[in-house]
Amino acid sequence: MRLVRTPSQTVGPYLHIGLVGSFGPELVPPGAPGAIRIHGHVIDGAGDAVPDALVEVWQAGPDGHYGGDFAGFARCDTRDGGRFEFVTVKPGRVHSPDGGFQAPHLEVGVFARGLLKRLVTRMYFPDEATANSMDPVLSALEPSEWETLIAARVDDGSLSFDIRLQGRRETVFFAL
Amino acid sequence: MKRHLTEVEDGLGVDPPYLFEDYLATRLRAPKRPLLVLPQTLSELTSPVYGHESIGKLDHDLTKRHDGEPQGQRIVVSGRLLEEDGRPVREALVEIWQANAAGRYRHDADRHDAPLDPNFDGAGRCLTDSEGRYSFVTIKPGAYPWQNHPNAWRPAHIHFSVFGRAFSQRLVTQMYFPGDPLFPFDPIYGSVRDPKARERLISSFDLETTAPGWALGFAFDIVLRGAAATPLDDD
Repeated sequence: MRLVRTPSQTVGPYLHIGLVGSFGPELVPPGAPGAIRIHGHVIDGAGDAVPDALVEVWQAGPDGHYGGDFAGFARCDTRDGGRFEFVTVKPGRVHSPDGGFQAPHLEVGVFARGLLKRLVTRMYFPDEATANSMDPVLSALEPSEWETLIAARVDDGSLSFDIRLQGRRETVFFAL
Repeated sequence: MKRHLTEVEDGLGVDPPYLFEDYLATRLRAPKRPLLVLPQTLSELTSPVYGHESIGKLDHDLTKRHDGEPQGQRIVVSGRLLEEDGRPVREALVEIWQANAAGRYRHDADRHDAPLDPNFDGAGRCLTDSEGRYSFVTIKPGAYPWQNHPNAWRPAHIHFSVFGRAFSQRLVTQMYFPGDPLFPFDPIYGSVRDPKARERLISSFDLETTAPGWALGFAFDIVLRGAAATPLDDD
């Protein structure tokens, strides 16, 4: 017997009351060895920043494993003008179902007022051209699609990753 | 390059579609391109764990955060977190947030002309036990107006956020109360098209968990897709 699943509903505009306490945006302290800042904006179909979204990331540790000492999960809301910023370390390569490896990546979830269910995408790293070219997900996409999933290196060494919900250069989102 | 990720049509299965015109805020936030089915890898099949040590003793009781008691009908909201085959999800983090009895959120963006309650913050959390059970003590939230359409009111609800055993199971939803007359007018509740799935969102009065002389009980089970199920399993 299969039970009927509980459907998703929007987080609404007051998500901060319930969802900013349990997890913060820093998986390592800023300045820790290997720490990287990953930041970006959530942008709607009119090109406007979305200031009432919540971004969640889930990633492997530097050794490519999930669930070890490295917590791997972080949250950041976008009250700062649609902007989010995480501090983390680069994940290692994670095993792929076909026996190979996936390129280092973050799973990224987005919740917001006006989103009746979570959006999921992935963020990949710009300095992993070889691994990216062999990644089973990226390599199945058109260039115009995978470009939306690769963060850009900024002058100060941080990574910029905008999430475009709709329209021009819309981020590729996944069902899972 | 040859595409080998399957596109899925939005709105299959129990979840609402991204674009639901009656809920205006979806119009600029719903993706226009079809979603691509991600292969299930360790990244999707694993999920964060949240330790017992991080949960305060009273985190599940929203009525005991201040010296005084909040206004409103005291209620116990409890149930089980399950996968669709009935298997309990153990030691999973459940977070809730809600308006106070007057329908007002403790939030800067809430402009509703209704009183804040100095004894009510409206947030709680707990971990499910070894049978997937959770329980909160709170007060019944009020309905409140919003700007979606003329004379729009949200039915009373409690927001729930849950983690499963897999990142793919992550769910945020809303729990409603039985018999709410606002259901037919609410595009958020109504965005769920399957009547059986809509029923899942409505708690039921529960005499079993009603505490004599003290609080009404409401039962609300939350059912997640199986950890290894995929969007292609939805009909």
